[in-house]
Amino acid sequence: MVASRNYGDFASEATFDIKPCDLHRLEKGPGTTAVMTREEGLQYYKTMQTIRRMELKSDQLYKQKIIRGFCHLYDGQEACCVGIEAAIKPTDHVITAYRAHGFTYTRGVSVREILAELTGRKGGCAKGKGGSMHMYTKNFYGGNGIVGAQVPLGAGVALACKYFGKNEICVALYGDGAANQGQIFETYNMAALWKLPCIFVCENNRYGMGTSVERAAASTDYYKRGYFIPGLRVDGMDILCVREAVKFAAEYCRSGNGPLVMELQTYRYHGHSMSDPGISYRTREEIQEVRSKSDPITLLKDRMVNNNLASVEELKEIDVAVRKEIEEAAQFATTDPEPPLEELGHHIYFNEPPFEVRGPNQWIKYKSVS
Amino acid sequence: MGFAGIAVGAAMAGLRPVCEFMTFNFSMQAIDQVINSAAKSCYMSAGSISVPIVFRGPNGASAGVAAQHSQCFAAWYGHCPGLKVVSPWSAEDAKGLLKSSIRDDNPVVMLESELLYGVPFEMSEQAQSKDFVIPIGKAKIERPGTHVTLVAHSRPVGHCMEAATVLSKEGVECEVINLRTIRPMDIETVEASVVKTNHLVTVEGGWPQFGVGAEICARIMEGPAFNYLDAPAVRVTGADVPMPYAKILEDNSIPQVKDIVFAVKKALNI
Repeated sequence: MVASRNYGDFASEATFDIKPCDLHRLEKGPGTTAVMTREEGLQYYKTMQTIRRMELKSDQLYKQKIIRGFCHLYDGQEACCVGIEAAIKPTDHVITAYRAHGFTYTRGVSVREILAELTGRKGGCAKGKGGSMHMYTKNFYGGNGIVGAQVPLGAGVALACKYFGKNEICVALYGDGAANQGQIFETYNMAALWKLPCIFVCENNRYGMGTSVERAAASTDYYKRGYFIPGLRVDGMDILCVREAVKFAAEYCRSGNGPLVMELQTYRYHGHSMSDPGISYRTREEIQEVRSKSDPITLLKDRMVNNNLASVEELKEIDVAVRKEIEEAAQFATTDPEPPLEELGHHIYFNEPPFEVRGPNQWIKYKSVS
Repeated sequence: MGFAGIAVGAAMAGLRPVCEFMTFNFSMQAIDQVINSAAKSCYMSAGSISVPIVFRGPNGASAGVAAQHSQCFAAWYGHCPGLKVVSPWSAEDAKGLLKSSIRDDNPVVMLESELLYGVPFEMSEQAQSKDFVIPIGKAKIERPGTHVTLVAHSRPVGHCMEAATVLSKEGVECEVINLRTIRPMDIETVEASVVKTNHLVTVEGGWPQFGVGAEICARIMEGPAFNYLDAPAVRVTGADVPMPYAKILEDNSIPQVKDIVFAVKKALNI
């Protein structure tokens, strides 16, 4: 059970070469080396593994019909949310679309609250009122179901950041499908005009639902789509690439230069959602190739082991601990009761004296408490 | 869509934005941000997200701006839980409701009227004072009466007042209720009035099907006031057509004073 090597045997940090980013309207970009400490590596590994196992558990619970409705899984993309969180502060802000479970976790919601929200129980982070696409926490604005709508919202959060003058930024994420949405271009315009401290991040996982990027976009250079906004294209499967790029972008925005567009090239192992097997528009071979050559957790693991930052056994112990945490969370999520019917009318309004809400007929009334 | 979303995001992050639509016709494009991002967020997040935003601008018919610029959105926004919807008529309504809307921690849609911007109203000392507010969700009886209840919002309130003057000369005393708020609607004030007058006429600028008047009638029917009605309620609304341009057509596509007088006489069977 104890790692066979002494902690003193490990290096405290190592320097890694990372892929240079493609640049748009930028003289220089993030550097091509990144330093990672042992502590950082272990934390990134544990976080990514937790998200991976949480998503796989959600897959299982969905197939058992314990989770219903929409369920868009993030496995394969872990380096994006963990890399972003590693580069920003808890006082910065994040908003994303519906593939949000990973971000919900990195922004501070526990696995048990996430799973209980997915199973629609009162212990869920939104008390069972929101579900998969509507999870929130401090400085994390969800979880948004309407494609592209979160991007103007994110710029609005950035506007508030600028207004309050506390040197905070907002990271507003969207996918390759949403990247063609009109309101995103409206947002680019205003964010650039008013120099809002917003990092627009396109998580390009190559498919918008079942449509490949080649079939959807006249230009697949999503980092250039901001046109007058400088952009970066980043390897989204390498957590250090993501971290360094976001550090660069955060610094840029905090300095009052206005927004940046960042494309993270990533991949999702699951289909668009649990209703999509994900193999009618791509081959099993392609999925397998990404898994064997570019898996973000495997890449990190190999780096750590090969550079004496951790041992294989130590990482296995983390795997065991993560599995245990996920099992316990799933246990909670399947046994916690559903929200009481009396709460059906709650939270219509904020900070409002109690009032009555009509039910399916005029005699059924629910009390609404804020 | 873009700026409406930016305003909603700013509200989520702690500011108190007032988002102006040049007219609410343009809000139709941005309506996703008003409903899905603003109205529903408090509920979906079980109270952890609040959106203290006001969407304001002219609503409904203007003068000669034709079909795409003349739609009334009272029924559209009034339909949605999570929103508050106000519709001022007088100057004191506009002032008091706007201040209340801004101070409210919820998304409020304030439906103004372009044709009322230039109309002068008497304002009391109290209404002119710095912190004058009008509570959202409370209707006002603009004119007490005994024979029939007229309920309206926005510009048609003025038409009802004129109709009441005309009818008074014929011995019919109308009670004119200015709804002020579409959602949450103060149906209790309307019910109390109907219990007293036994007759109801609703007046609005919007289209008849699924409109504000339809909702008032349904609620009156469901409540205690039904037993006090001596005749079915009558609705006066905009004509069920996209707004035409020619003046004679436009004038006859919105409720006029003569339409209200006619409706009252129908309700009273005189």
